[in-house]
Order: sequence, then C-alpha cells, then structure tokens
Amino acid sequence: MIAEAGHFALVLALCLAAAQATVPLFGAARNDAALMDMGRTAAVTQFVFIAAAFFSLMHAYIVSDFSVVNVAQNSHSAKPMLYKVAGVWSNHEGSMVLWVLILALFGAAIAAFGRNLPPALRARVLAVQGMIGFAFLLFVVATSNPFLRLDPAPVDGNGLNPILQDPGLAFHPPFLYLGYVGFSVAFAFAVAALIEGRVDAAWARWVRPWTLAAWCALTLGIALGSWWAYYELGWGGFWFWDPVENASFMPWLAGTALLHSAIVVEKRDALKSWTILLAILTFVLAMMGTFLVRSGVLTSVHTFASDPTRGLFILALLLVAAGGSLGLYALRAPSMRMGGLFAPISREGGLVLNNLLLGTATATVLLGTLYPLVIEAVGAGKVSVGAPYYNLTFVPIMAPLIAVMAMGPLLAWKRGDLAGVLARLAAAAVVTVLVTGTTFAFTGGPVLAVLGVGLAAWLALGTVTELAERIRLFRAPPAETLRRLGGLPRAAIGMTVAHGAMAVIVLGITASSAWQSERILAMTPGQAVEIAGYRVTLDRVERIPGPNYLAERATLTVTRNGAPVTVLRPEKRAFTTPRQTTTEAAIHTTFMADLYAVLGDPTAPAPGGAAGWTVRLYHNPLVPWIWIGAVIMVAGGLVSLTDRRHRVGAPSRKARGSADAAVPGAA
Amino acid sequence: MIRPRTGVRAALAAALVAVTVGLAAPPARAVGANEALPDPALEARARELFKELRCLVCQNQSIDDSDAELARDLRILVRERLLAGDSNEEIIRFLTSRYGDFVLLKPPLKASTVALWTAPFALLLIGGAVVVLRLRARRTAREARPLDAQERARLRALLDDDGDDGGKGAGA
Repeated sequence: MIAEAGHFALVLALCLAAAQATVPLFGAARNDAALMDMGRTAAVTQFVFIAAAFFSLMHAYIVSDFSVVNVAQNSHSAKPMLYKVAGVWSNHEGSMVLWVLILALFGAAIAAFGRNLPPALRARVLAVQGMIGFAFLLFVVATSNPFLRLDPAPVDGNGLNPILQDPGLAFHPPFLYLGYVGFSVAFAFAVAALIEGRVDAAWARWVRPWTLAAWCALTLGIALGSWWAYYELGWGGFWFWDPVENASFMPWLAGTALLHSAIVVEKRDALKSWTILLAILTFVLAMMGTFLVRSGVLTSVHTFASDPTRGLFILALLLVAAGGSLGLYALRAPSMRMGGLFAPISREGGLVLNNLLLGTATATVLLGTLYPLVIEAVGAGKVSVGAPYYNLTFVPIMAPLIAVMAMGPLLAWKRGDLAGVLARLAAAAVVTVLVTGTTFAFTGGPVLAVLGVGLAAWLALGTVTELAERIRLFRAPPAETLRRLGGLPRAAIGMTVAHGAMAVIVLGITASSAWQSERILAMTPGQAVEIAGYRVTLDRVERIPGPNYLAERATLTVTRNGAPVTVLRPEKRAFTTPRQTTTEAAIHTTFMADLYAVLGDPTAPAPGGAAGWTVRLYHNPLVPWIWIGAVIMVAGGLVSLTDRRHRVGAPSRKARGSADAAVPGAA
Repeated sequence: MIRPRTGVRAALAAALVAVTVGLAAPPARAVGANEALPDPALEARARELFKELRCLVCQNQSIDDSDAELARDLRILVRERLLAGDSNEEIIRFLTSRYGDFVLLKPPLKASTVALWTAPFALLLIGGAVVVLRLRARRTAREARPLDAQERARLRALLDDDGDDGGKGAGA
C-alpha cells in the first residue's frame, strides 16, 4: 500500500512538474504575478510529493518488503541497516528517484530562498527546472518504476553487491547527485537569462552561490568515490580514468570554469555570453554523465543496468535539452552587449586563460571517454583509452593551469602588471627552486615528479604571497595586518583556501604516484618483511564471522627500528548473498604516508614448508593529502559561500546599477 | 572469473560471467607472489609493460592492477616473452596481433586515432587563437575613435534608458 502511494506521488509530481514547466513561463510573458507565483507553489509541492515517493521506497527497503521487485533485487533481510537505507540509491530505479528528489530540492530552495530575485526571472528559472523535472520524472515513471510489485514475493532478497556495502560508497551517490543536479540551477538561470535577453552582474551574483554549492557537493562526491576506490579496490590506486569517473569529472572541470567566469561577469560585466554557454554545457555534461552511467552504454564500473529503451530515452532527453538550450543560445547570444574592456594581461585575462585550459581539459576527457565508443560504433575496431593517454594529454594541459593559478589572483582587474606580479613572486620563485632542488637531491627523480612537487610548491607559495599582499604581512604593523585579515571578504579567503588545497592535492597525487613502494610476497606465519623502514610480521590468519559474511583476517605486526608501530588487520570477506568475496585493506596512516596491507589468497605450500598467504604491502607517500586537500577545497568553497554578497539578501539590479556607477569605466 | 578486488567493474562483469561460467572459478590474484621474475631488471621491465596493457575483461584496468584470471595469464605470457629475450616492442606487437589495439591502454597513433591524439592540443591552439583575436578585435573596435559630443549624449540617453529597463526588470 505504501509503495502504491509512493508510485501515485511520483505521478502527481510529474503532473505538477508539467504545470511548473509551463504556467510560470506564460505568466512571465504576460507579466501576470499570480501565474508567475504558481511556479513557487508547484516547486515546493513537487518536492513534497517526490520526497513522499522517495521515503516510501526507503520504507520498503527498511522493512524488507520483498514484494517490491526493486527491493527483492537489491536488498536482503540480513543486511546492516545503513546499507538497507543506502540500498535505495544503489540501483538504477532508486538512484533516478534520488536524482529527481535532489532536482526538486533545488527547485524548492529557489522558490523558498529566491525572494530577492525579480519575479519574472524567478518564474522562468522555476519553469526551466520544471521542464527538467518533467523529463526525468517521465523517465522514471515510464521506464524505471521502482514500485513494481512481485507476486509471489520471494522469502528473501538477492542482496546488495558487497563491494557497495561500504560507508564511503553509501554517501558517494547523494553528494555526486547534489553536484550534478545542482548545476541544473545554473543551467536554468542561463536559459531564463536567454529568454529574458539580459545578463548582468546581478545575474552572476545570483547564479554563483548555487554553482558554488553544487561544485562543493560534486568535489566531495568525487573525493569520496576516489577514497573508496583507494581503500576498497585493494591496490592503492585512487583514479582509473574509467568512463564513469570521467563522467563525474567533466562536469566538475566545466563547473570549475563556470565558477571562475561568473566572477568576471559579476565584477566586470564581461564574458557574459561565454558564461551562459558554460552554464549550459556544465549541466549538459552532468546529464551526459547520467546518460553514460545509466544507459549501460559503457558497461563499466558502477553501471548496473543495461536496457536500451532507457538509454534511448535519456539520449533523446539529452539531445532535446542540449539542442534546445544551445539553439536558444545561438539565437539570443549575439544580441548580448559586450561588457567591460580588459587588457590581455589582467585578472580577466587570467580567468580567460583559466577557462581556456579548463575547457580544453574537459574536452580532452570527453574525447578520451567517447572515442572508444565512436570508434567501435563506426566499425573502426576497438581501442582502449587509459591512464597513459591522459598522462600525455590532460596532465600537460593542467600543468600550465596550476602554474598560472599562482599568478592570476595577483593581477589587477582591467590592466595587470605582469612584471610587477613576477617581482612580488620573486621570493616564492626562489623558494620553489629550493624546494624542487631539495626534492631532487633527496629522491633522485623521476624528473616529472620532482617538477610536480615544484609546481605544487609554486602554487602554495603564490597563494600565500597573494594573501600576504592583501593583509600587508610584515609591511604593516601586526595590528594592521590582523585588521586587514579580519576585513577580507569571505570570498577572497575561500579562494585562498581552495587554491592552497589544490597545491596539497597536486602534491599528494605526484608523491603517491611516483614514490610508491610495494612488496608482494607469499608469507608464512612468523615471517617478516621490510618496507619503507617498517618491519611487517605476519602473526596469523584466522577466520572471523561478520554480520553477513565470513572473513579471513590476517594479523600483521608493524615495527620501526624495533619499536612497535601498529597492528594491521587486512581481511578477505566472503559474502553469501550475493556470493562474492571482497578485500578489506588495512591502512596505517601517518598523514605523511600510508602503510597499506592487503591479504591475498593462500599459496600452495613450498616443498617442505608450511602453507602461506599472498600479502601485498604498499607504502604510499602523501596519499592522504589528496583527500585532505579535497576536504580543504570544499571548506574553501563553503567559506566563500558564506560571503555576505553571496547571501540570499544579495543586492537587486537597481542597487547594483548605482554601485556600478561608482566604478569608473565599468560600462 | 573476475575477483571482486577489481572493484565495481567486477560487479557487472561478475554478474555476467557468473551466469555463464558459474561460481566455482579458481582463485586468482593481481601480480601474485610467485609470478615475479628472478632478474630484477627484467621484472622492472615487466611491470612497466603491465601498466600499459589492458586487462581485456576489466574496464580500463591494467593487467598490473587486475585480479582477473585473464590478467594473470597475460602477465605470465609477458614474462615468458621477456625471458625468451623479446624486446618491449616485440611483445607489444605480439599482443596486438593477438588481441588488437584494445589491449593497449595507450592507443597507438594511426589513422583512426589521429583525432584522439591531436584534438586536445589543436583545441588549445584554436581556443587560444580565438581568444587572442577576439580580445584584439574588441580593443581596436573600442579604441578606434573616441566618441564625439553628440554620441556621448546619445550614449548617456541610452544608458539612462537601460537603467529604467533594469528597474522594470527588478520591479515587475
């Protein structure tokens, strides 16, 4: 009964979305306040109905109602509660319900918090949100109904893939979707602006917080996914350039470009048409990510369903959304007035370079992801595009971006002074050279990794220099410096934090890729092995029952110079529903490096010896910095989000008009 | 049969394989303990090669990382060829003759992959050229001639007009 109510709520939400997609648009064209306001009511109500559907599905999972096909296929009564709840979005149908729920959440948030938006703009934004919601709800109701019944109901369910029964992966999809779907707001604003035919600083100021919030969620989602891959997949890798990973990475790259170009619109009223295009492309890439993952076209990691009707439905949806919005763009963008002038060497110029490099990087990932599909589709054979390709294309494009990232924030708006910036970065340059030289002396290469460390140092030092300049560190009395620090806009602090975090991530990626050491060997109990200054002894391997699996657990004692460090207990878990084994790596982290142990299979006894176990040990220097950096980066985004100017009380267009007048030459 | 350590990519593959092959597959492992070659230099070459070779039944995973039985067979094959004195190129040629370009994680440069390898850099150049040209065009367009008094008055009128428009937009 509850499942039927959920299904009915979804259909009602579909009807509401249809109303939301049309009535406010009509109202905005007719300047009818009542019709425009209907969008807000529809958005909030739609959210309530989708939430009802979502929670009725969750209820079916929690009480293990196996008469619902979706629950029977993806859950099991013996599963821990966390994974019963997370099981809702671990499958195609449930994850699509989560998708529309988050979309409706953003719609309701615009309705609730968008009070300062001009009513016509708000009505149009909500209408575009309604269109997206209608399309995806139709997709769920028509092709992916999660509430189908099963008669007779099975005694128990098929269970959730054990590899997914992990806290990291339980929370990965919600954050990923908050990011993906959050970009729909920027998209809706862009389309609404195209309909209205105007984009100005106020528009950018309204769009930025939504984009920033989505970007933070996506950053966290990607970081969670890669962290999960690192500790669950059992060989210390964290990024595979897998098409599904790329699908989430492309909107991130485009969204990062969008965040930066929107600054130029806000501050300088320039790059308007490009920013609109980026907002459209970012969400199109997010929808394409959904298509790639959900259509089964890749048959890859994280892909659970392959049903061509669904694939074709999403493809058609993607084409309509991309075609419609880009068509509208082609019609309206040429009439957009050019904004503020700027010299090539200027803050704006730096942000254009940022967009050029990020845009090319996005295109490269897109190419590498789709190329094998296209080549196969046209019958030109099968190719693989893996990490070696991206190392030769993506990395050389990103390296200059990181190099100029240190300089951009120091450039003045309109006309920058490159010589002056380089002079202010002289100290940073000297320290960078010292760090690079020292790294080379200590590690002896590889040269590219040493350069990577240098790049990270340069970015970190450049970022610190910019902050020091702003607060006149050591050049003004400490009290003055503190006052300036306190007076910095939150957005500026956020930028400093996020850019610094990028340096931390680059360092983590470089060091862990270049200087990983490993020992793979068959160990018998009592045997010891040395790795990176640690001495690891296999004490024993024993069988331990878990809640829904049976584990083989090794006990490895780790010492350093004779002193005990830690005990590592890697496990191999054998699940019964479904039948599968997983490895649980044991990780000892010092935050400067991870000691990573994996228990492999038993080995045949050597002639005259005891039976042993394959043990894989890895020492991954600085690898925790990748995720620490990602968390710091998100923190930077959140700090920026609390900036007064990003708050909901952002100034209206009229107020901005007078503010602009105060800036000489802004027009 | 694929072992779960290969990750979710195994989820789908395992589901497919489990149906057809059944579940009683012998255990396999990524770069196992007893596979390594005694000569460290040769073993290092083997590991470098492994990183560029795709585990054919996995998704974008190299045979260096994969747990799959097939990845293990390929590793043993590569090591045998190394022991037999083959060069890296000979081994790659041998593997592509057997499995096609699909086995290479780094696609070889040929007619069908020229676009793949050149497009990123071509895009960067084209994008850079467009940016430079547009910036230059805008500057010359704007700086060509200062406005005369009449134009300035018209501009002011237009700007005022625009301000009203903004008011309407905000107040409607």
